[in-house]
Amino acid sequence: MTPQEIYDNLKAKFGDAILEAKLDALQPWIRIAPERAKDIALFLRDEQPFQFDYMMCLSGIDYNDGNLGVVYHLFSMVHKHKIVLRANTSKENPRVQSVSSVWGTANWHEREAFDMFGIIFDGHPDLRRILCPDDYPGYPLRKDFKVPEFYNGMKVPY
Amino acid sequence: MEELLRSILGDTTLVYVIAAALPLLFILPYALVTVWLEMKVSAHMQDRVAYMYTGPHGIAQPIADILKLLQKEDTVPGMADKLLYTLSPFFVFMGTYAAFAAIPFSSAYIGSNIDLGVFYIVAISSLVVIGILMAGWASNNKWSLFGAIRSVAQIVSYEIPTALALLVAVMITQSLNLQEVSRFQEGGIQNWVVFGGPLPLLKKLLLIPFTLTAFVILFIAGIAEVNRTPFDLPEAESELVQGYNTEYSGMKFAIFYLAEYANMFLVSAVAATLFLGGWNSPFGDFLSGPIWGFIWFVTKGMFFIFLQIWIRWTLPRLRVDQLMYMSWKVLTPFLFACIFAVGLILVL
Amino acid sequence: MNEPKVLPTDYVTKPGEFKTSTGKTLRTDEMIINMGPQHPSTHGVLRLEVVLDGEIVVDVIPHIGYLHRCFEKHAEHMTNYQQVIPYADRMDYLASMNNDWAYALAVERLLNIVVPPRVEYIRVIMAELQRIASHLIAIGTYGIDMGAFTPFLWCFRDRERILDLFEMTCGARLLYNYIWVGGVSHDLPPGFVEKAKDFCTYFRPKIKELNDVLSFNEIFIKRTANVGVLPKDVAINYACSGPMLRGSGVNWDLRRDDPYGVYDKFEWEVQIGKGEMGTVGDCWDRYMVRVREMEQSVKIIEQALAGIPEGNVQSAIPKRIRPDRGEVYVRTESPRGELGFYVVSDGTASPYRIKARSPAFVNLSVLPEISRGCMLADLVAIVGSVDIVLGEVDR
Repeated sequence: MTPQEIYDNLKAKFGDAILEAKLDALQPWIRIAPERAKDIALFLRDEQPFQFDYMMCLSGIDYNDGNLGVVYHLFSMVHKHKIVLRANTSKENPRVQSVSSVWGTANWHEREAFDMFGIIFDGHPDLRRILCPDDYPGYPLRKDFKVPEFYNGMKVPY
Repeated sequence: MEELLRSILGDTTLVYVIAAALPLLFILPYALVTVWLEMKVSAHMQDRVAYMYTGPHGIAQPIADILKLLQKEDTVPGMADKLLYTLSPFFVFMGTYAAFAAIPFSSAYIGSNIDLGVFYIVAISSLVVIGILMAGWASNNKWSLFGAIRSVAQIVSYEIPTALALLVAVMITQSLNLQEVSRFQEGGIQNWVVFGGPLPLLKKLLLIPFTLTAFVILFIAGIAEVNRTPFDLPEAESELVQGYNTEYSGMKFAIFYLAEYANMFLVSAVAATLFLGGWNSPFGDFLSGPIWGFIWFVTKGMFFIFLQIWIRWTLPRLRVDQLMYMSWKVLTPFLFACIFAVGLILVL
Repeated sequence: MNEPKVLPTDYVTKPGEFKTSTGKTLRTDEMIINMGPQHPSTHGVLRLEVVLDGEIVVDVIPHIGYLHRCFEKHAEHMTNYQQVIPYADRMDYLASMNNDWAYALAVERLLNIVVPPRVEYIRVIMAELQRIASHLIAIGTYGIDMGAFTPFLWCFRDRERILDLFEMTCGARLLYNYIWVGGVSHDLPPGFVEKAKDFCTYFRPKIKELNDVLSFNEIFIKRTANVGVLPKDVAINYACSGPMLRGSGVNWDLRRDDPYGVYDKFEWEVQIGKGEMGTVGDCWDRYMVRVREMEQSVKIIEQALAGIPEGNVQSAIPKRIRPDRGEVYVRTESPRGELGFYVVSDGTASPYRIKARSPAFVNLSVLPEISRGCMLADLVAIVGSVDIVLGEVDR
């Protein structure tokens, strides 16, 4: 299926949860509402013409304008087509619906996005830090992150 | 041996102390040689050369290793059970060393000429199990405990194939006294128990498949008794970081090490004595005598040591339940069949 | 003398309890044991919290992050896209060429530049040599986990030859900084092609030796067959890739199915697990896929060496890398699986966001699923068959 068809189908089914799309970019993307992420993901994974059963990557991103985003790169092993989904949330209250029950691999990817950006994934079974220590202050990959001077009483050298 | 000593020194306790310490005179140099041999054999099998700097081809390396171990700090883990922790290496060594009393090194020397030689050896070498369990428990380390538990299960299970295989040889030689067993097999290689013993040709030919099987199984069970690969799950390096040995360093570790090598030789010696003629020369009368007997005995023992080293560096290790499976469901039934068949052949 | 304690005998048996024949109840507890972070067989600083019931594993909880070196944050502070390449090297330090190539591909796609054909051939040769080197380590260390010490040293001896080839080309043995955006840093030195051809003829019989000693060894098969079975649908759901996915029977290889470089010019076969020694998707299948992939890599290298064209390898390297605003996700087949880079550019000379999707990170997440109910010794086998490199898992 072409990205245009995917967009049309999604728009027809989910209406206003599909916010915008840029289908002439290098890799066409569709922006979705963060609180409907799981429903859209389930639809994309299970419906016959789509069958996006392979989630290649899930990344967090800080747009430096008060928004955080989650980018999903999906692929279908059956039909061999790809699509990119985006979900933007605000930095004050970053909540995205978790897709870890749809694709098992999202579990660890979402934990990493939480660890690095502070994005809370609703419905995630085990949302805790994965790479940084459990008591690390702050979310490192945010653009306004300042390295703490002291961590647990030790002076941070750099 | 004691009569000779008693005649020199009179009937004092010194006699017994010297008699008990005599096998040590063999074990210590043998351990050094085996350490070097293992190092070199494993290196050449792995397409590399081992130490070349400490002496030509690393001959002095074992001495350097021993010196290093002796001067290491003797650490005791904080929460360890101190008494058990200190005693366990000695128990392990004792279990092995005590069995050397009944091994005939040559026609002129046997530590203690008891009529129950084989029985005594099998019984006293089980003391090793207690030592290992003590080591694992007293280290206060979950991994050591794991290793100790596995080791206990393994050694106890493999006692049975060992004893049964020895029984096959004993049925042919009609004696548990190891010196008698060695004398039974004199006259050349065709009289060795592994080839049927000094019996009429028909019985020999019938016996050979069973004695060969029993011999191979004895060797396999012996490797399991010593905790060497492929049965070295108790000290599995990649899982248990050295198993029950983990917390030991310095002199105590050296004693564990020595005990392992002594055990290796014990198992090889028993196999050589019961199946391969002990101190007998394979050529009958040529090259035989007390001194030559000793040399033949050591050669046969070292041959098995070499085999054990060779197998260790070739095969991967068995998982613990596969190990148990092999002992109880493979080796033991085979041996029962062997015993039955050998008994039948001998009676008829 | 103390009175022996009288235990109440009218408990209802709860799960984890065991009623003895005299009516008393014994409580059995599960033991929580820690494998790592320093452990000979977790292949790096990985901490596995294992909940054990005797020898049976009830649950495994991997804890990672001990080798986290903030690759993505560093990349954002670089003043040049080329400066990220040494950092990308160090992610999966056993397969640096593949890391560099994936990142270079991503940036080249953003910039929309085409590299000269000689560069493409050199990249393929280097990547395939690196694949053999990485698989040799995977196989050797897997043997050591199983207790076979000798194949490990044989694998390293063969790997030394490959490292000699790399050292000849770019001076480094492990972390090369060789494949740059738009080309490679040095051309192949004179004598490289002959030496590489010698290596290929030298290496083929070594694979057969390895098979004799390790792969078809009865004890090894017993330890790895039917252990850690990864079903096909679970593998795809957990986005496993590389030998893990192919070991489960999925005929999927990015070099053929999502092609990049000049892989479509060569003839080679994708190796998949067929369940020869046990179930499809067990540890033996994954291990054997790696062994057979090495043979295929030798084939590719020989074809590439035969057909390599002449040219200038640095002609397409841009002086200033300033891509337009945009983003791209590019994936390549590294020895461990699908290595992907998601590069976001905001029009300046330094990257805005780089996300490295590392195969080992994703493959490791399936560990709890496939190791429930196995024994502790099997857990070691399963972790070894996933072939993780902690540098990549933690970045």
